[in-house]
Amino acid sequence: MIRYIVRRLIAVAGILLVICGITFVIFYVLPADPATLACGRACTPERIAEIQHQLGLDRPIYQQFFDYVVGIFAGRTFGTGEAAVQCPFPCLGFSYQNNLPVWSLLMDRLPVSASIAIGAAALWLLVGLGAGVISALRKGSLWDRGAMVVALSGVSLPVYFTALVLLYVFYIRLELIPYPEFVNPFTDPAGWISAMILPWITLAFLFSAMYARLTRAGMLDTMAENYVRTARAKGLPERTVVVKHGMRAALTPVITIFGIDLGQLLGGALITETVFGMPGVGQLAYQAIGTIDQPVIMGVTLFAAFFIVFANLIVDILYAVLDPRVRYT
Amino acid sequence: MTSLLEVEDLRVRFSTEDGVVRAVDGVSFEVDRGQTLGIVGESGSGKSVTSLAIMGLLRGRFTVEGSVTLGGDELVRADPDFVRELRGNRMAMIFQDPLSSLHPYYTVGNQIIEAYRLHTGATKRVARKRAVDLLGRVGIPQPEGRIDDYPHQFSGGMRQRVMIAMALACDPELLIADEPTTALDVTVQAQILNLIADLQEEFGTAVILITHDLGVVAGVADEALVMYAGRPVEHGTLRQVFYEPRHPYTWGLLSSVTRLDREPEHRLRPISGNPPSLIDVPSGCPFHPRCPYRMLPEPCSTEVPEYAPVNGGHLVACHLSEQERTETFARDILPRVQSSVRKGG
Repeated sequence: MIRYIVRRLIAVAGILLVICGITFVIFYVLPADPATLACGRACTPERIAEIQHQLGLDRPIYQQFFDYVVGIFAGRTFGTGEAAVQCPFPCLGFSYQNNLPVWSLLMDRLPVSASIAIGAAALWLLVGLGAGVISALRKGSLWDRGAMVVALSGVSLPVYFTALVLLYVFYIRLELIPYPEFVNPFTDPAGWISAMILPWITLAFLFSAMYARLTRAGMLDTMAENYVRTARAKGLPERTVVVKHGMRAALTPVITIFGIDLGQLLGGALITETVFGMPGVGQLAYQAIGTIDQPVIMGVTLFAAFFIVFANLIVDILYAVLDPRVRYT
Repeated sequence: MTSLLEVEDLRVRFSTEDGVVRAVDGVSFEVDRGQTLGIVGESGSGKSVTSLAIMGLLRGRFTVEGSVTLGGDELVRADPDFVRELRGNRMAMIFQDPLSSLHPYYTVGNQIIEAYRLHTGATKRVARKRAVDLLGRVGIPQPEGRIDDYPHQFSGGMRQRVMIAMALACDPELLIADEPTTALDVTVQAQILNLIADLQEEFGTAVILITHDLGVVAGVADEALVMYAGRPVEHGTLRQVFYEPRHPYTWGLLSSVTRLDREPEHRLRPISGNPPSLIDVPSGCPFHPRCPYRMLPEPCSTEVPEYAPVNGGHLVACHLSEQERTETFARDILPRVQSSVRKGG
């Protein structure tokens, strides 16, 4: 198991390196010249050359890439002499727009994205799994049909539509909730919840729908298994049969998907953040793409990729813990 | 009201989209402590549904009529919770495929302990000790080392032993074994059957052994009940059913027992045709479309034969007269199955 984890960690590093390389090449071939962008309006060819030199853009691409990767692990210095700028570990470069370190931009945005992701995840697990299990146990009932219709609309409606409807109903019409604005959860928990509730519901609506359908299908399969009949033959109460014998097996695959979904959302929920004006990682990416702010785009991409790859690893390890038949060597 | 288990005119129907399935249609039998009843029939003959109905394990849209009493307690009309309390406690069941019947995520110890603690309220330690004892009793080597293993770490035969240990956890009065050896290697089958027989002798359990294999019944049962299309067609002592079978379907089953010591041309005599749909059971005697000795059109396709005693407790549902049956058996069937009957007895 330890060997497996070590091997996987090495693979994770490899995957991130490849992602990094691909993103790097994509931006290298883009016609936009970062030096010109960084230089601003009043610009001379000399100034551009100077910036190119300072950013290392005059060096060959493999050299630039190498500097970039080394910078992530060891930090790096841009330019030489008086103009030298220190970029400490983990160095993802500086934004061309405001010269702030990409890492600190990401760290500023992470609490927002994490708030959205974790809160929404808690909500959709509760609703999705609960609705799925009950639907499966009452297959064909009014509840089951109703829940599945709602789930179908949840899967079909785009996030920006749900978000706008929620905003309209709860903020404009009912005036129940203040306009969502991120606040620190530790200093103002109540404010945080009321600010985040609409983004949570928006995302949870979509994900609950998917999870309810997954859970329902899983439970229907599991409850028809022979070992569930065995559990009943032992005289176990139906609740124990469902929870200990049915759900345990039915939810294991759902956990796998959950890990990846959560990882993906930690890397930014672009549409939700944008609709609600939440300054999260997704919005950072959106703005950076609009201004071709290459270091920020690179940073966000790597950051998001890291969460997804890492979530995958955690899920695989968790799977071995949950299902004793799975053994990695 | 003397036998431990009394089943009287049991009828089970399922309503499906295609119509009403008469899965069990008027089955009666008794099993007493220390006795083994073999229920024999093809797939779809209603033998498994009969056992699930006794255990209260039927699922879906079904109705049960008739009466099942265990030690005097009526089960069919009882509160489901009352029947649940009896399951795994006074009556237990082992199933055909031990791998899929054991939960893959829990250790075998956990699965044995679960039932025992539920019904006895024993502490974890006592229950664990009991589980180790049981595993040893059913022939698992080094049970204290295997109790924390998962089902997939056992072989097929060992898994079935685990199932038996689990079923016996609370010393049940009635044990129902539904095709317990079908999924196992031939060499292991005999071991499992002997184990069930040994444990039965030791604990005085009443056993219902459900199988499609007459050879299995011959080895361990005291009585045999042959079912066809949800109905009983022949019921008697092992001796009666094997030496003096009176129903053409039983003859067919006896002729189709696999035997290696027979001449190739005699080896297998399958019963022609397929078991009928239980939604649309043939009129009259349900076996008549496949019966080589049928009398058409009357009475076989028009009248349901009476399920009547021929001598002693030997019951047969067939329109042939007793004389015709005795003669036909002696003439057509006996020479064909001689060796298996000799062995079976």
